[in-house]
Amino acid sequence: MKIVVIGNGMVGYKFCEKLLAKSAKTSVELVVFGEEPRPAYDRVHLTSWFEGKTGDELLMASTEWYAQQGIRLHLADPVTAIDREKKTVQAHSGILETYDYLVLATGSAAFVPPIPGVEKKGVFLYRTIEDLEMMTAYALHARTGTVIGGGLLGLEAAKALLDLGMTNIHVVEFAPRLMPRQIDDKGSLLLQEKLGQLGLKVLTSKNTKKITGEDHITGLQFTDDTFLKTDMLVISAGIKPRDELAKAAGLETGPRGGIVVNDQLQTSDSSIYAIGECALYQNMIYGLVAPGYEMAEVVAAHLSSEIKAFTGFDMSTRLKLVGVEVASFGDPFSPAGNCHSIVFEDRLKGIYKRIDITPDGQQLLGGILIGEASAYNMLLQTVKNKLALPPDPATLLMGPPKEGTPAGAGVDALPDEALICSCESVSKGAICEAVTAGHESFDEIKKCTKAGTCCGGCAPMVKDIIATTLKSQGKYIRNVICEHFTYSRQEMLDLIRIKSLRSFDEVLDHYGQGDGCEICKPAVASILASLWNDMILAKGNDTAQDSNDRYLANIQKGGTYSVVPRIPGGEITPEKLIAIGEVAQKYNLYTKITGGQRIDLFGAHLSDLPLIWKELIDAGFESGHAYGKALRTVKSCVGSTWCRFGLHDSVSYAIRIEERYRGLRAPHKIKSAVSGCIRECAEAQSKDFGIIATEKGWNLYVCGNGGSKPQHAVLLAADLDSETCIRYIDRFLMFYIKTADPLTRTATWLNKLDGGIDYLRNVVVQDSLGIGAQLEGEMQALVDSYKCEWREVVENPELRRRFSHFINSPEEKDPTVKFETLRNQKKAAEWK
Amino acid sequence: MSISSTTIHWFLACKASDVPHNGGVCVKYGEEQIALFYFARKDQWYATQNLCPHRKQMALSRGMTGTVKDEPKVACPFHKKTFSLLDGRCLSDEGECALTVYPVRVTDGLVYIGVSEETAMVAV
Repeated sequence: MKIVVIGNGMVGYKFCEKLLAKSAKTSVELVVFGEEPRPAYDRVHLTSWFEGKTGDELLMASTEWYAQQGIRLHLADPVTAIDREKKTVQAHSGILETYDYLVLATGSAAFVPPIPGVEKKGVFLYRTIEDLEMMTAYALHARTGTVIGGGLLGLEAAKALLDLGMTNIHVVEFAPRLMPRQIDDKGSLLLQEKLGQLGLKVLTSKNTKKITGEDHITGLQFTDDTFLKTDMLVISAGIKPRDELAKAAGLETGPRGGIVVNDQLQTSDSSIYAIGECALYQNMIYGLVAPGYEMAEVVAAHLSSEIKAFTGFDMSTRLKLVGVEVASFGDPFSPAGNCHSIVFEDRLKGIYKRIDITPDGQQLLGGILIGEASAYNMLLQTVKNKLALPPDPATLLMGPPKEGTPAGAGVDALPDEALICSCESVSKGAICEAVTAGHESFDEIKKCTKAGTCCGGCAPMVKDIIATTLKSQGKYIRNVICEHFTYSRQEMLDLIRIKSLRSFDEVLDHYGQGDGCEICKPAVASILASLWNDMILAKGNDTAQDSNDRYLANIQKGGTYSVVPRIPGGEITPEKLIAIGEVAQKYNLYTKITGGQRIDLFGAHLSDLPLIWKELIDAGFESGHAYGKALRTVKSCVGSTWCRFGLHDSVSYAIRIEERYRGLRAPHKIKSAVSGCIRECAEAQSKDFGIIATEKGWNLYVCGNGGSKPQHAVLLAADLDSETCIRYIDRFLMFYIKTADPLTRTATWLNKLDGGIDYLRNVVVQDSLGIGAQLEGEMQALVDSYKCEWREVVENPELRRRFSHFINSPEEKDPTVKFETLRNQKKAAEWK
Repeated sequence: MSISSTTIHWFLACKASDVPHNGGVCVKYGEEQIALFYFARKDQWYATQNLCPHRKQMALSRGMTGTVKDEPKVACPFHKKTFSLLDGRCLSDEGECALTVYPVRVTDGLVYIGVSEETAMVAV
């Protein structure tokens, strides 16, 4: 069977790929003609060419790929005629090819409105890499730019002008709003505001009368007699299907262009197909890549004797326009009488969302999201699969589900036919099937189904589907640590405790394979420390520690370390302050007050660490564990000892707590604070556990954190006396240590915990599992076995020896360490 | 010319007992710094440049060692880029430069690292 493809754009390429995947290579002879000099490239991401991507990087596949697949590819060689009688095509170069089947993937050209002056220099189209090259060259001598067309592509072109360094960019749209086919007036207004902030001015309801200038463009004259001065113009006012070849061959075309096709994408000649933007299906041209890919799939299937039909395509889109998320899905323009709209608008943040639901409130019809579109995937699936709406549909608009709401609560409801990856048309069923066949990771699913390989927008959903499918097979989702241990952290902790294993090597011998790695070593070392509280550098466990733990200090730029002595509750005597100052002076250390109410000393050479700590310990300090996944600080406000509002002595309580849990190692760092009254000066509600004084005692909050995803702590129990509060903290921390995944803060742990805070409260306060006393006992054992690890190093010559840079020149410091001076202190030299 | 460039000069780095099991140390050789690693479970030795090419930090000897599918590797303490100890290539980032690797020989409890003659000339 010999197939000739005319057109080598994204859809033409996809057709080749899909056909070859379906049929034995030997049975098909494939010839491709393309009129551009390059093989098919990713036109959807054309703008990224301005961000530094090269033409080659945009290619869908290299010319070698075509050769390897046995495809004869003729580039820069447009087909000039089709002879349907003889079944041949004639190319510009003179090549004559016969065909059994012909596939037209000729795409579209930019639609150029008949405005006088479009031929002037400085007027461009936005379609091919060559267009971009010409624009770039011209832009060197232009300062202001204008785009005609406020649709998807027009806004992309405006972004391109921004990237070219233009100022004073205008977008001129004939309709009263931007993206008239996707969004409504309000959405357009908001989008205009956002674009305005980025330097793009939008003129709507403007009809261009003529382009002024002699040889080169100088401006635009509008029909309302206004004038816009511009050095350069990009026209992106829509597309027109490339149907001239088909027309000349006598194939049926639409009155406004497009090659008429049936459900199999066959033209009026059954051995000729048309796909992509040149095809007219039920009076509709599909100007997006996803439906084009679907057409390619249908033809590839048809030619491989599979039964498949094209039945139209959902035109929902989600994209980032000049950094602004814009999405529309389903039918975004249901007539007002047939639906209820729910609108959410926050002009300050630049967010506009509208969903239309049926008058009975049962189904979602469509909608628009601007500024924030994380709910897009789920909303689209809800429309397509006619899923029942929640009792209060407004919740659909309230942004992404909080991290940690049970994974995939949404995907369970989807039917198997639900299209998850619309670029590659992969259904939920296909993904489930692949998972069942043993492809259990996202990477494997990408490889075998291609889902998530094009725009990547469906990735979160694909991952959820993998997780729920595994779960539904009764397959325990093995949350394993890494390739060396096929156990979860919780299982490892139980196994290590039962066997009383005390070193990383023993654990590896019993339960692992290979040599370990930078993921499992610190995880196991942390479990060992949480269980036995042995000196972490002993028993060969030194090299299993994470790099900072191994040297009991935090590595900083340049390879020196910082030193943080513990200052419980942030309370310090003048004598101790002086001692820190003297040590800093002696070893030339940069000093800074930390956020946790202590003092950090930076720029210590590795070999100076034991000397520095010897002096600090002599002055009464101990390790602050700033380097460990361990309790860091318990911050406090001054409380009732001085403050006129203070209800209790928050400093004393903070010190008591810090000294109780110092050195406690956990899956991640733990921070705490105690506030003496509801004014909350210690910011206890941003901590892993925080305590706030009340008239009757203490309120205990848990699972908060700052950082990149701040989360407030939630109230675990109220009005506790000091002893009960500590018992609850014992239970809470021990339960966290025993059940959390590696490197999971308490906030994330709680978010993933089935049953959430209610469950946690049951375990800690109501003791629903009956393990309260056990957890308290285990914590007490850790408290009783605490030792300052820096004191142990200082007193142990064998351990001290490890703190030198050169094994064969222990006295010498690293000569490559460089410092600079800033505000009378040193700082690390900038790295490259 | 090419023959002389492959001539290997073995220099004494340290005692085998100086090197922590399953970890690394930094060896000074003239102006150069070489990271030396000992995989005790397999009794294997590896040596690479100490400089992590990512941010040009003298840090690899302090990194965590391990394996990926039985290939020995080290993770830089700064940003956890991992490098193969067999050929020095970066395992976590294809675009990153590879490390120079050196052969290691252990005789009578002493560790020797092999450097090519040119390196020796420059360094001494």
